[in-house]
Amino acid sequence: MAIPVASVNGNLVYLGVRKVSSLQMKGIVKQFSGVPALRSVDFEVKAGEVHALLGANGAGKSTLMKILTGAYQADGGSIVIDGKEVSIQSPQDAKALGIQCVYQEVDTALIPYLSVTENILLDQIVSKSSKGLMNWQRLHKEAESILQGFGFSIPVRMLVEECSLSEKQLILIARATVQKAKYVIFDEPTAPLSTKESERLFLIIDQLKKAGVGIIYISHRLPEIFGICDRITVMRDGQLIATSETAATTMDEVIGNMLGKSFDEEFPKVEVPIGEVILEADGVAGGKVRGVDLSVREGEIVGVVGLVGAGKTELARLLFGADAAEAGRVRLKGKEVRLRSPKDAVDAGIGLVPEERRKEGIFVEESVKNNLSVSTLWKGSHLGFIRRGAEAGQARELVQRLGVKTADIGQLVGYLSGGNQQKVAIGKWLDTDAQVFMFDEPTKGVDIGAKSDIYRLIGKLAEQRKGVLYFSCEFAEVLGIADRILVMFEGKIVRELSRAEATQERIMYYASGGE
Amino acid sequence: MEGKKFSLFDFIYKYGTVAVIVIVMLLFSLTNPYFFTYDNITDILRSISIVTFVAIGVTFSLIVGGFDLSVGSTVSLTTVVSASMMVWYEQGVFATLVVPIVLSLIVGLVNAFLVVKIRIPDLLATLAMLYIVNGLHMTYSKGYSIYANMPMEDGSMAPGKFQEWFLWLGQGKIFSLPVPVILTFLLVAITHVYLTYTRQGRMLYMTGGNLEAARLSGIPVNRYRTLAYVLSALFAGLGGMLLAARIGTGQVSSGSSMLMDAVAAAFVGFSVFGAGKPNVFGTFVGAILIGVLLNGMTMLNLPYFAYDIIKGTVLALALAVTYYQLRRKRKA
Repeated sequence: MAIPVASVNGNLVYLGVRKVSSLQMKGIVKQFSGVPALRSVDFEVKAGEVHALLGANGAGKSTLMKILTGAYQADGGSIVIDGKEVSIQSPQDAKALGIQCVYQEVDTALIPYLSVTENILLDQIVSKSSKGLMNWQRLHKEAESILQGFGFSIPVRMLVEECSLSEKQLILIARATVQKAKYVIFDEPTAPLSTKESERLFLIIDQLKKAGVGIIYISHRLPEIFGICDRITVMRDGQLIATSETAATTMDEVIGNMLGKSFDEEFPKVEVPIGEVILEADGVAGGKVRGVDLSVREGEIVGVVGLVGAGKTELARLLFGADAAEAGRVRLKGKEVRLRSPKDAVDAGIGLVPEERRKEGIFVEESVKNNLSVSTLWKGSHLGFIRRGAEAGQARELVQRLGVKTADIGQLVGYLSGGNQQKVAIGKWLDTDAQVFMFDEPTKGVDIGAKSDIYRLIGKLAEQRKGVLYFSCEFAEVLGIADRILVMFEGKIVRELSRAEATQERIMYYASGGE
Repeated sequence: MEGKKFSLFDFIYKYGTVAVIVIVMLLFSLTNPYFFTYDNITDILRSISIVTFVAIGVTFSLIVGGFDLSVGSTVSLTTVVSASMMVWYEQGVFATLVVPIVLSLIVGLVNAFLVVKIRIPDLLATLAMLYIVNGLHMTYSKGYSIYANMPMEDGSMAPGKFQEWFLWLGQGKIFSLPVPVILTFLLVAITHVYLTYTRQGRMLYMTGGNLEAARLSGIPVNRYRTLAYVLSALFAGLGGMLLAARIGTGQVSSGSSMLMDAVAAAFVGFSVFGAGKPNVFGTFVGAILIGVLLNGMTMLNLPYFAYDIIKGTVLALALAVTYYQLRRKRKA
């Protein structure tokens, strides 16, 4: 009976990687509809090493990893394992070569209503070679011993849906080892874990490493990367910037590499006199958000920055009543408001441009006109009847004001480009009585032209004495547009920086858990 | 070549349903001279009037992105209850109209409660209600159809009878137009105006178009979803009362066949004039298509048990056109 994880106890025989084997990606090129995502990237991971892959959002890390796991096909370049060029056309190819990924969203890879055993031994159970009858006794034992190999015990008969997040992660790792993984990608594995659970994960990673598995470790958290990784590779704008031994580099150098020195986009910041406080939040908490105080004044643009997963979107949704807050109070112009639903927020004078544009911001099957009037229709109707002329007039005026590129206000919004869709999503709030505008990653997936239109629009809102909360993980953007910057980390605002004192380096330092 | 093929498809997409109706009517009138007479046309319209009521209800639930399977049972319920008000309890206009309407509103509210508040998927919640309401109407009528002079349990005869004004709703005529046809036209016109020209109508569509975006735009989406289920049950209830008036009997289980026809009409309606979404006018055309087919097949003496084959085929074709177009749109 083969128990692959027996190899974990220092015995390398089973994995068959006696000499130092390696996986190399050479000159990988990938484009998405003409836009280069990867420009000739070289990346290597050796057996028995933990290699960190770092980069800001959009640097190309996930694209590179998706090529390695067969989710995408590269447009150019080659992948070489132990000196032999291999072809990875599908996730099956990658698996056959021993490449496994422990995804951040563990639930997408597990079957919730099957037992721990079934999930760990999934391949074995579904493989054609397995006999028709299951020897459950034996399978459960096998799963148990695999978990024990890692020094853990999860009741193997338990359903996966009853497992905690860290247990699910462990199940995924166990499955990867059963499937004879030689290279394992960890995609932000500690993002959902507590400190204690993270420590346990590091122990497991260490065991895998000792067993000769090559590990690619993606994370935004610099302290842990410097704690467990042997080498660090930094990517930026689809290119490899530097690969260095962890011992030979510093956090500052890594941050510098991630951000780059020249960021030549122009952010037209309009100086506006800042007035009275409009919105105040006290100890707002719920879900990922663990007690946030903040305030926004008239004419002020407050940037809320943090890495992906820091809780920015969750905070925005709490302040908009889209999710129920567990604690905290929100005051608008000194008056406390109860936010049980987005309608309460809209009635009180708060507008939100949500992060997931297509899912939450716009109605793709409806016209530009219907999208733009959705939040103001109560004003534009008479005895319940829509005043169609007024509605069309408003739509035309907004299209002009926003610079939406559309043939006609009757055009379905689904046909517009991402940038123009975003302008429509913003536009529906402009004629409401909103006093506070919240933008959650408003420039995500938006071209440069539309980006500067959006910045200009936000500047105009500030000129009109509105308060703006700008949630983003694009530090350069926030530096350009915000009067004040709040840095979030793990659901809390860990630092407030004035426009004068903020730099990308300082933001990155606090956003990745620096004290 | 490519361009020509596409425009042909666009034509089918926009006018296919209407074209099929015209072709079918031409075919039937060629084979039977009686088909294209005023009497037969009003007959067809009268025969579809009740299904149209139910189908418009279904259309409302589809508009908010839901589904209401319980409409057939609601039809049965109000048919039996309105008949019993007159035949068993000798009630006048007020109780005969109000009691069934209130009952259907309650059905709608319970549906809304299950779907909107408890968050049971719409198909399952309304499936449960299909059973419950069907069982209620069977229990209430003890499984007997209700008609004048029917024997009661104690051996006596039922005291009341169907009243003239009630029968007039289902059988009467104004200027040689059947009353149920007039009522149907009225309902189609009113709901069409409501959905197209009023704020509430627009909000119903926005809610169904993207629930989360609608919620985040400040629309009280749960209120609109509740409204849709209540209206769905209400129109089904009115349809049931009309059915009792038309046949002069409170027939048990009379609504069970209505569900599928109503759903078919509403879905055929997606494709009418290329709307691509549920709409009242399309639903009406869908109901007409089904009515024309049934009427023609009856005249051709086709065996009635084969009707469902034709109905199913028409539905599949209409859906194929709608969903093919949807896929093309997504790709574009």
